[in-house]
Amino acid sequence: MFSVLKKITKIGIISEKIIQLTPQDEDFKQLGLALKTQISKHFSGSVAIRAVDSGSCNGCELEIHAINNAFYNAEQYGIHFVASPRHADILLVTGTVSKHMEEALLRAYQAMPDPKWVIAVGECGINGGIFGENYATLGGVSKVLPVDLHISGCPPTPTQLLQGILTLLSQAK
Amino acid sequence: MSDNTWQQILFTELKRLNITYKSQQLQYLTLSIDATDWSKISNVLRGLEARFSGVWGDVLRTNIDVYALFSLEQHYLLVKTNLPEPPFSLPSISTCYPAANRMERHMRDLLGVELQDSPDDRRWTRHQAWKDKEYPLHENFPIKRTSYKKTDGDCKYPFFQTQGSSVCEVPVGPIHAGIIEPGHFRFQVIGETVLNLEQRFGYTHKGIEKIAIGKTPAQLLKLAARVSGDSSVANTWCAAMAIETASNVKVPERAIYLRAILLERERIANHIGDIGGICNDVGFAFAHHQTARLRELWQRTNAQIFNHRLLMDTIVIGGVANDINPDQIQSLLQELDTISRDFDQFIDIIQDYPSLEDRLATTGFLPHGTAKALGCLGYVGRASGIDVDVRRNNSYPPYDKYKVQHVLHSDGDVLSRLQVRVEETRSSFKLLSALLHGLASGDIVNSKITLLPNSQALGIVAAWRGEMLAFIRLDDRGNIARYYPRDPSWLNWPALEALIDDNIIADFPVCNKSVNGSYSGVDL
Repeated sequence: MFSVLKKITKIGIISEKIIQLTPQDEDFKQLGLALKTQISKHFSGSVAIRAVDSGSCNGCELEIHAINNAFYNAEQYGIHFVASPRHADILLVTGTVSKHMEEALLRAYQAMPDPKWVIAVGECGINGGIFGENYATLGGVSKVLPVDLHISGCPPTPTQLLQGILTLLSQAK
Repeated sequence: MSDNTWQQILFTELKRLNITYKSQQLQYLTLSIDATDWSKISNVLRGLEARFSGVWGDVLRTNIDVYALFSLEQHYLLVKTNLPEPPFSLPSISTCYPAANRMERHMRDLLGVELQDSPDDRRWTRHQAWKDKEYPLHENFPIKRTSYKKTDGDCKYPFFQTQGSSVCEVPVGPIHAGIIEPGHFRFQVIGETVLNLEQRFGYTHKGIEKIAIGKTPAQLLKLAARVSGDSSVANTWCAAMAIETASNVKVPERAIYLRAILLERERIANHIGDIGGICNDVGFAFAHHQTARLRELWQRTNAQIFNHRLLMDTIVIGGVANDINPDQIQSLLQELDTISRDFDQFIDIIQDYPSLEDRLATTGFLPHGTAKALGCLGYVGRASGIDVDVRRNNSYPPYDKYKVQHVLHSDGDVLSRLQVRVEETRSSFKLLSALLHGLASGDIVNSKITLLPNSQALGIVAAWRGEMLAFIRLDDRGNIARYYPRDPSWLNWPALEALIDDNIIADFPVCNKSVNGSYSGVDL
């Protein structure tokens, strides 16, 4: 017990703000500040995300995991991941949408309460990426769901993911 | 056993059973046999305690070559047969090598090789995206459909049924609660205790083998990097190795060292992440946060020095994409020092927690016999006493110059699989330091590459999950005619079905994490 507390105290708080992560990006300095108002106004202080892998290589999942680590600490913005689509405001979809996942993805979307948003993650989410459209894939999330925002990258870095989610939130009305 | 004794024993045995074969010493000893002897030879190999490593097919214009790779006394042995005309059919080898079953079903679903006397011939990779008796890897199967029709879920898949008044069925997935890949798990439970688990995958099937056809080797490596995002370096190296072996391309020594540095970095990142994941699944969040922190620092260095957080696209045909300068070597060594010390401190803390040990010890027990019968690889095998590490058993450059530490446990529970990861991480830290110190000078890529048309070879690499294979055949223009990547998860997933029996269903997440198979890597 003592060793755990010692380690925690020694490391301290390592969470970084989006302003620190993107010092070169003026827009995001504003975004970080505007966000709190936005989230408290439209999402009662927190926004719930359900992540669905619709046929990714697992690269995007690893980076989505990373935005929950102590450095990026997505929860500091009121962003948290939920287990059920019924609790979610945003569906974060990775992958090219394999035909074998089409039905499951649609059902997850249908299970979400309104209002709801869809973010397509990674090159695969945009247009199928390297897998494209073939006999087994649809080639992009917008083929089956109304996509509100695309986050590019293969895979997108945690900073890009956060930027994307924050951009969507700032547009949400 | 000396180099040739095992061959003599094998040949004597084949003669005794009247199995005719043509033997060639190619990349590995290759036996060409008649299709009717296919299961007989695997019986012989089973008797000689050979390890099964993979089975796959290769569609030539109108006929199909089928290959099976075994390892006997730590020597690879490739068995090959040709199916000259449809209907393509082959005796199943999954009665003596159960791990071959899913690979055989995959081969049937994609290539149309029917299996005789198979204990289980239900569809595997195919759900409803294409019809029965249609085979995506056949030449006349279009890569892209012209019209869109919604694909239904594969609701009528015939799962094993268990009946009894107190048996309850729990379907889980394809979408899981966490941020992970999709797959379906069907549990039969009595109370909390798991009576039977059946896995059903194929949800992330992306047509990788089909779209690989016709790609240039450079394009293929980009695809290989994305077969399984957590094993990007291993898959790319494997594919590059196959193409280079097939075309006799020499890779500069410095590039070989850099590839090993990348591979060890990938191993460390994944092992560290898994250690935290296992602890988190029994409610020890401290460990999860610490490993996530270490992993993040590690990945930031990847981005800084190798231009990609997951090290994708760092390997090219004949070498690597980027060199590192002496300053970068220094900073890598410095990072190695801090992270390994931080890691050791962290491990000291978690090993001091009896309640953690209590949750992990004896949980998800995989007996040595089962692990051996299933041919388990990597940390799953090594935690159950299966001593397979390609870096030591079938060493390839640059590992042949180093003594890779022998990590072997025999308890076979989640704790052992955690312990193997801890020791392997430490061994990789040491190896990494040795590789960085011993980095040869010279070019990082062979600039004079000529590809040999119509050649073929295997690439075999020690990925972080265990032995990984890639089979590649080039066409008459030096482009890809066949690419089959065999992820170690093919042989580790069935172990999860076995080790979960008699555990409580609430321990499934930690058991699953301790195996941590790849979905994308096997769905292809």
